[in-house]
Amino acid sequence: MASPTPRLPIYLDHAATTPCDPRVVEAMLPYFTTKFGNPGSRNHQFGWDAEAGVETARAQVAKLLNCDEKEVIFTGGATEGNNLAIRGAALMYEKNPAGSGLTRGHIITCNIEHKAVLDPCKRLQKEGFEVTFLEPPRDGIVTADMVKAAMREDTILVTIMWANNEIGTINEIKKIGELCKGRDVIFHTDATQWVGKMPTDVYADNIDLLSFSGHKLYGPKGVGGLFVRRKKPRVRLTPLVDGGGQERGFRSGTLNVTGIVGLGKACEIAHQEMAADAVRLSRMRKRLEDTITSRLDTCAINGHREQRLPHITNISFGFVEGESLMMAIKEIACSSGSACTSASLEPSYVLKGIGVGDDLAHSSLRLSLGRWTTEEEIDYTAEKIIAAVNKLRALSPLYDMHKEGIDLSKVEWAHH
Amino acid sequence: MATEPIGQIGKDIHRSFGTLAIEPFGDLNMAYGPKIIDHYENPRNVGSFGTQAEIKQRKDVGVGLVGAPECGDVMQLQIKIDPATGKIADAKFKTFGCGSAIASSSLATEWLKGKSIDEAEAIKNTAIVEELALPPVKIHCSVLAEDAIHAAIEDYKKKNGIPTDAAEAAAKH
Ligand SMILES: Cc1ncc(COP(=O)(O)O)c(C=O)c1O
Ligand code: FES
Repeated sequence: MASPTPRLPIYLDHAATTPCDPRVVEAMLPYFTTKFGNPGSRNHQFGWDAEAGVETARAQVAKLLNCDEKEVIFTGGATEGNNLAIRGAALMYEKNPAGSGLTRGHIITCNIEHKAVLDPCKRLQKEGFEVTFLEPPRDGIVTADMVKAAMREDTILVTIMWANNEIGTINEIKKIGELCKGRDVIFHTDATQWVGKMPTDVYADNIDLLSFSGHKLYGPKGVGGLFVRRKKPRVRLTPLVDGGGQERGFRSGTLNVTGIVGLGKACEIAHQEMAADAVRLSRMRKRLEDTITSRLDTCAINGHREQRLPHITNISFGFVEGESLMMAIKEIACSSGSACTSASLEPSYVLKGIGVGDDLAHSSLRLSLGRWTTEEEIDYTAEKIIAAVNKLRALSPLYDMHKEGIDLSKVEWAHH
Repeated sequence: MATEPIGQIGKDIHRSFGTLAIEPFGDLNMAYGPKIIDHYENPRNVGSFGTQAEIKQRKDVGVGLVGAPECGDVMQLQIKIDPATGKIADAKFKTFGCGSAIASSSLATEWLKGKSIDEAEAIKNTAIVEELALPPVKIHCSVLAEDAIHAAIEDYKKKNGIPTDAAEAAAKH
């Protein structure tokens, strides 16, 4: 039974970004034109209108995270949120001042975090902090035990993402939070892929700092939120930018009112629809994975099979190369862990980090479903991928060797 | 089962996607020139003159296997020499690699057919770059094809006791 051809290209890259929900766009529009005021203008209607829009959004975000409105800081996205949280906390809670010759403090993170966490940590390392980069096993999951084993007397900050953006795996956030709480260590989580997809309760989950981005949950780009806990403990941060003192001094600069209003609306919609979305998307993902893995040999789903987000799948296909695979399925917009090393592009550090061999990391696809993904699109995609892999395997000397029983790891390759 | 949460909004956004003038095809190929696409979609002379064990034994076949799986590219190029004329009667390839690597090796097999060993040795990667209009980041894919040609010729010469360039160079020392 052939499904009708869906409209092409098909968008299956929702972990990279999502389209704005039309309801979000609608909510934003007045704030470009009639309600254009600066929320900092306290003495006229235009300012009040803008401020009301921002405060509505703050309440909508707070409801999704289950925190107090005062604990929500608007940022320019998760990259900024991560930087503010990590750098801001490190500088605020350092054990020894810069230039003292002593370690300024110890930070724990993980080697498969997003660059927006890794790079601020590496900068702090250069500036006199010590950083432990945990290495999760093949299932990709960071456990509380792993964090516990890395804890030191001078640990000041733990930053572990809630869910991984490439493989969708979910870390033991609640337990890690509990561990940090017991030791008075600040706990930050990059929840960019999690918020708006799965239920979040920052207090029940023992989180001190949490960052996320609007454009991953059907909101606009260039806007995000940072939860900064205000009680037990009251978390303080050294700001990255100084100026007008907006956002309780954590983030100076005139607020991105349109973006913030959009983010708030997106959070409100997510709060209502994410449970049903998750059920539907995991059903469709299962259909996609089952079709592909039942009809192709030597393909592997990367990361833990159960403990992962419902809408992301990351599949490696043996004996085919990722870029040529992308070329064969060009009507499907998705991401590839691939890239030839000789073109000075590295295969995915996340896949390498969990011990997927370079050869399989080169041939992986990340497909991420979204609110408007249809069953027809999934069926079309599965068929397209199966045909492409079969075509490329017919071209692949490695697949021939594999079928002839040659152990590829024992072949002497002419490295270049 | 959950109720369908999409409803009208889903239909609306699909409609608005439709009016967004997303170019379905053609433009998606923009990164590659038409000749790469053609060789990639209709690769010429795909195959092998036997199993790995067989081609190792065949004296009329030269095999070049270059690259490595962990680098993301492996090219296997084979030439079959007509003993009567000493010319390349047939050529075949299999490539694990990017589209440009596939196109480069496909083109190489076309060029090799009918050439003498000396003529084949003279094929330069720059000619492949030019013919396929490879972008700068893809030049090494054509180098790989040149390497594969040389490796295949080397293998043929070795199997038939013909002094190879490598052997000559070693003898000079
Ligand atoms: C886990 C994670 N963290 C951070 C970011 C950065 O988000 P943004 O580019 O919106 O700042 C992303 C998105 O790419 C992400 O997936
Ligand atoms: S073979 Fe490396 S990019 Fe083409």
